[in-house]
Amino acid sequence: MIKLKNIEKVYRTSTIETLALNEINLEVGKGEFLSIMGPSGCGKSTLLNIMGLLDEPSKGEISVDNETIRDFSDKKLASFRNQKLGFIFQSYHLINDLPVLDNVELPLLYRNSSASERTQLATEALQKVGLSNRMKHYPTQLSGGQKQRVAIARAIVGRPEIILADEPTGNLDSAMGNEIMDILIGLNKNDGTTIVMVTHDENMAKKTNRLVRLFDGTQVM
Amino acid sequence: MLKNYLKITFAVLKRRKFFTFISLFGISFTLLVLVVITSFIDHLVSAGYPEINRDRSLYIERMVQRDTTQNGQSSGPVSMYFLENFVLKMSTPEMIGFASYPNTVNAYANQNKIKLMYKYTDANFWNITSFDFLEGKPFNKQNIDNNDFVMVINDDTRDKYFGKGVSAVGKTMELDNLTYRIIGVVRGCPVTRIYVASDVYLPYNTSKRDQTKKNLNGSYMAFLLAKGPEDFSKIKAEYESIMRKVPITSEDKWFKPNKLESTADTYVGSFLSQFTSSDGDTKKAYLYMALVGIALLFMSLPAINLVNVNISRIMERASEIGIRKAFGASSKVLTYQFITENIILTLIGGFIALILSVGVIYFINSSGMINYADLAINWKVFVIAILVSLVFGLLSGVYPAWRMSRLQVVTALRGGE
Repeated sequence: MIKLKNIEKVYRTSTIETLALNEINLEVGKGEFLSIMGPSGCGKSTLLNIMGLLDEPSKGEISVDNETIRDFSDKKLASFRNQKLGFIFQSYHLINDLPVLDNVELPLLYRNSSASERTQLATEALQKVGLSNRMKHYPTQLSGGQKQRVAIARAIVGRPEIILADEPTGNLDSAMGNEIMDILIGLNKNDGTTIVMVTHDENMAKKTNRLVRLFDGTQVM
Repeated sequence: MLKNYLKITFAVLKRRKFFTFISLFGISFTLLVLVVITSFIDHLVSAGYPEINRDRSLYIERMVQRDTTQNGQSSGPVSMYFLENFVLKMSTPEMIGFASYPNTVNAYANQNKIKLMYKYTDANFWNITSFDFLEGKPFNKQNIDNNDFVMVINDDTRDKYFGKGVSAVGKTMELDNLTYRIIGVVRGCPVTRIYVASDVYLPYNTSKRDQTKKNLNGSYMAFLLAKGPEDFSKIKAEYESIMRKVPITSEDKWFKPNKLESTADTYVGSFLSQFTSSDGDTKKAYLYMALVGIALLFMSLPAINLVNVNISRIMERASEIGIRKAFGASSKVLTYQFITENIILTLIGGFIALILSVGVIYFINSSGMINYADLAINWKVFVIAILVSLVFGLLSGVYPAWRMSRLQVVTALRGGE
């Protein structure tokens, strides 16, 4: 489903060059739940961002669904992200100026879907994460766990084939973390959604199908 | 989509109250000043009560006599001698009328001193202008031929002299030790209509001044009414040819002019010719160009301000841009979003400016700063100003959005750093 070939990422400033990822070769199969682990600064999030087409590698090739992502126009890239990918971030990244329902509707806004269709799908997504009673609230009125559930609803509302989750439980206590993890496992098992998750938590990683470890930008397992 | 844009726009406007205030203040204050200034200019130059024929009138309002050998010059309104012997003989205008520049005189009513502005006119003055007669009628050629000491006054003078709303026609008034019978009362006009405004209008032949002198300069100006602006060139040409034939005479022992300059100009041109050496109409185009230039320059201030505010506003929303991009917004869509937001902001600013302009203009009209002021919003200018603001709003939104759209999603998500 996702294929990374010889991926390298270098951050350059005027004085220093940092190799964040080095020769990463990785394949994620359809319906897999993969977790990426490693110490802070080892390049986990960078790898996830490259897989999610949020960042460009300095070298190497990415293909998603047998389509090589190279020289995609801005429009095509946007549409590709919209149709195929869903994101969950550690710090939720909700738009605080919009109520929960509008936040969840966001991916549908960039598709040809009607307002009523958007509302219906977003309501269903919120029901799935148990937050249908918070639709009119603003993100600032929610707890961390609730915010992450809104973020999950947003990630799944467009029914993407792949969900990329960057430490989705990182800011939550263990009970709330488990709840979120259960939702993700359910999505993977019941809907067949492919999930790639970056985590620090061994217990969470154990619940996934496969584990990839990074150290200093290199894949060690 | 638009509903979503509106929601986010109002949310951001509400959240960033100070930025919103600065942006709206910049837009609305600029528009307000533009609208008030243009309505004032419009009030000064456009056809309005009682000069409804201004658009098809030419004015001869001054004559310059030059002594090129000694670098001397005499300049001022034209004389009765000049009017009678040259201007009134013109054949191209549909009608020719004239009036003197106003003088002031003191009149006494119930032992109260009233300072009045008075003007001498001919009978055609009343045909070229379009005064509302509240009572009575204007003086006509017959009155002038009969040497009748009659007068037309405005309602303000009537109210001051006889009491508010009291009929004045048939009553007499003493001016400059001469007794005049009032035959008409007109609705007054603002003093800014300088060629026709007065408190009292008298037949020109009742003037005590010696009108037989052969001086070219005097105290009169002429109104040349054309069938339409298309006749202006014909009338101007005739006047030029007359001017070439005017004999240069001077009763002054020391000043011996050898060159005469006088042109028939449109209203604005005639007004400008007072500040320029000759033909005012050629200067008119430059003046309009300069005014448009100043207006654009003036409007660029809120535009620059908006660009600055927008850059800060958009940079602080970097994370939102990152989120939108991550979930499928292209740079183009995001640019549209910010442009829409700016257009909404500009329209709100325009609406505020409109309300303020109505208030300010109402205040000017009712404050008595200008008697009989009838300023009105010039809608053409208002719409143009809104459109220009929209263009600026658009440009000021495009640039920051374009800058932001070049950011990698991941950089935007981190706050654009």
